[in-house]
Amino acid sequence: MRSNKKWATVYLVFVFLILYTPIIYLIYYSFNSGGMMHDFQHFTLKWYQEVLHDTRLWIIVLNTLTIALLSAAISTILGVIGALAIYYVKKRHMKQLLLTLNNVLIVSPDVIIGASFLILFTIIGIQLGFTSVLLSHIAFSVPIVVLMVLPKLQEMSPTLIDAARDLGANQWDVLTKVILPFITPGIFAGFFMALTYSLDDFAVTFFVTGNGFSTLSVEIYSRARQGISLSINALSTLLFLFTVVLVIGYYFISQKSSTLYGMRGRRK
Amino acid sequence: MKNSVRNVYLLPYIIWIGLFVVAPILLILYYSFFDIDGNWTFANYKTFFTPIYLKMAASSVWYAFLITFFSLLVAYPTAYFLTKTKHKQLWLLLMILPTWVNLLLKVYAFLGIFGTYGLANAILETIGIGTKQILFTDFSFVFVSVYIFIPFMILPIFNSLEELNPTLIDAARDLGASAWTTFRRVVFPLTLDGVKAGCQAVFIPALSLFMITRLVAGNRVITLGTAIEEHFLVTQNWGMGSTIAVFLIIAMAIVVIMTGNRK
Amino acid sequence: MRKLISLFAAVFFASFVLLYASALLNKTEGYSGKNTLTVYNWGDYIDPALIKKFEKQTGIKVIYQTFDSNEAMMAKIAQGGTTFDVAVPSEYAISKMKEEGLLIPLDHSKLPNLKYINPRFLNLSFDPGNKYSVPYFWGTVGIVYNPEMIGGKKITSWNDLWDKDLRNQILLVDGAREVIGMGLNSLHYSLNDTNKKHLQEAKEKLDRLTPNVKAIVGDEIKMLLVNEEAAIGVVWSGDAAEIIAENDKLDYVVPKEGSNLWFDNMVIPKTAKNIEGAHQFINFMLDPKNAAQNAEYVGYSTPNEKALDYLPKEVTEDKRFYPDFESVGNLEVYENLGKRMLAYYNELFLQFKMHRK
Repeated sequence: MRSNKKWATVYLVFVFLILYTPIIYLIYYSFNSGGMMHDFQHFTLKWYQEVLHDTRLWIIVLNTLTIALLSAAISTILGVIGALAIYYVKKRHMKQLLLTLNNVLIVSPDVIIGASFLILFTIIGIQLGFTSVLLSHIAFSVPIVVLMVLPKLQEMSPTLIDAARDLGANQWDVLTKVILPFITPGIFAGFFMALTYSLDDFAVTFFVTGNGFSTLSVEIYSRARQGISLSINALSTLLFLFTVVLVIGYYFISQKSSTLYGMRGRRK
Repeated sequence: MKNSVRNVYLLPYIIWIGLFVVAPILLILYYSFFDIDGNWTFANYKTFFTPIYLKMAASSVWYAFLITFFSLLVAYPTAYFLTKTKHKQLWLLLMILPTWVNLLLKVYAFLGIFGTYGLANAILETIGIGTKQILFTDFSFVFVSVYIFIPFMILPIFNSLEELNPTLIDAARDLGASAWTTFRRVVFPLTLDGVKAGCQAVFIPALSLFMITRLVAGNRVITLGTAIEEHFLVTQNWGMGSTIAVFLIIAMAIVVIMTGNRK
Repeated sequence: MRKLISLFAAVFFASFVLLYASALLNKTEGYSGKNTLTVYNWGDYIDPALIKKFEKQTGIKVIYQTFDSNEAMMAKIAQGGTTFDVAVPSEYAISKMKEEGLLIPLDHSKLPNLKYINPRFLNLSFDPGNKYSVPYFWGTVGIVYNPEMIGGKKITSWNDLWDKDLRNQILLVDGAREVIGMGLNSLHYSLNDTNKKHLQEAKEKLDRLTPNVKAIVGDEIKMLLVNEEAAIGVVWSGDAAEIIAENDKLDYVVPKEGSNLWFDNMVIPKTAKNIEGAHQFINFMLDPKNAAQNAEYVGYSTPNEKALDYLPKEVTEDKRFYPDFESVGNLEVYENLGKRMLAYYNELFLQFKMHRK
């Protein structure tokens, strides 16, 4: 039993190491006076200084974060609705059809999504910029939310709903007090995956943006031809550290509040 | 009464599907029948059934399968061990964090790490195996792809495992089942939904990988995504690009039907 | 449920804070003002100090957007959603854009600094009379290599690459015209050859090169060559200059059979709103001192003759990047071969890529 625990820890540590190696590599070279991601010369903070003075880059970062947060939130809401819709459909063929349609955007290469959205927006007459990027990000994030939420719905025992109804709950209560709490882990998973999709996206954003609105991904990919300067490493390091602090902070705050309300389960 | 509730959920979702899924699909279908000069033709479809594109399609499916398989292999134990830790939500989030660093940057880092004079080879040297060509191989391609897709596989499996009633495992062990049998007969089947969701979230996008095939595989691996990107951007042959996309969608539909339906 | 609500509340609150901050920053930078100029350029392809200098000199605020490929840029301009005032396409893109009516003719009377451009770089086939474009940077396609890694050999021609000793030592750029063009040049055909028999010949010769080709890559080729992942790379001269700056063991040569002469040029797309400002910007970049400063920052070869006076001697006398044209072999500009022929080139290139497995 004891050795199992040890192997588990070793395995997890190993996975963590591999996941973080490229990140540490990036952070390491952000201090390189050499200018490239190899051959460390000597320690310098000049890249960080460059980043802090680049106002245009910061506007881009703010844009990126806003789009990511908003699109993830809205697409999660839409995705939950979608998952519920698919869950309640009884006919199998209809279910498969909806699922296939749902997954079309995940399988389509970004170029096609970008190009077709561009045509769509032109026909409708939506101005390119913040709105078009936001709509596109919501659009391609919804499917992944559905994929993350659906299995939780399927795992849910229908007797839970029956029991709630028997006890006199109305539709709204069933939704908010039974279903949603049960699928919350799926909702969180969907939200974080939507965030990832949004933060990483280049091709779709590139096609549908305009009027000076740009995101970090577009900026970074555009710099690839010239060689990505280490100031991008510096920026990524700052963003990364900020997120780590946020995550750890959020976690310990929620720990505190949940012990207050006694929500900690007796999970081993 | 139940019917009206179902309609309420369906409505906003159907609107989204109509606008952002059906419309683009129709557009793609429409374009697939035009050749490069704008004439109506079936030639694109004929071209797809030539050895070049069929080989590409087979290659895409094969690599997507490999990536999904290894992601599952690595992600399942990870998710399982995570559920046993004390601050599991925290560790889970920390595992997802690296995903938010820009993809291009991470791949550039891998180019450095897997390079001939990089970290990986340095380790291989010290343990005596010696420098090997890691970049531009199938191995590095699958490795980096799995690296990118891992969180998509870990999350749904983690969620499924969390749902698992631990007394079921205790019961199985009490009845004399070995650890492996418990896993095979109790744990895995009950987490199948999560596994399926993870596989879908990895296999489907892996079919159209483009960036990684060029960056890490040096175009030694050619997927349908490579061809589509070229047709849409370089040649401006939206017709052929759309045709390939149609087949991608069909392949995805097959995957959905095969992995779908339970009760 | 409470957790869900608090998460979403936090997210919406954060996004509005971010939006507000971004709007504030935009205001202070003057981006939402009236007198603006939208410039559409390759990433990191201009000295940011020059933009500031221009803004100070003219009072016009520059909105700077970047793209990573000509095709993507053309798609955006054609779609018309953004009012780009100045763009910097490559030469083959210009003939395409002319065809599709995407460019506005330049008013040469507003560009007095045009006289400083080396006349050799004016009036070229892709834009006779420079009606629509003005050269920005130029270069060649050639071979960058590390003599140490190939036993001290010297490379002078395309055909040298087919040497059996160079197994797995070559990196190629991911460009159909560059690679097929290399095949054509090695057979002493023109880069703009449309004869299908010749093209097939070139493709078959390229197939025989595959044992020597390690990978076909994009912009990361620079990093790979500097890291000595491979001994040889077929690259653009601008890339070569950067590579050599980082690792001086490498050398660059324009093969003697001939090669491609490329240009990146400033144009005014049809989406332009501030045409007056666009001309001011172009004229500003044509100023010899500014062109020299830009060349120093970007590292590519400038077509501005007078600017050479302001650059260090070891740069301007480097024959690799400022060749004297008489001694170099046949350098050709890419002609617009038409959609069908280009599609054929791409098919061949795709087949070449697949042949490697």
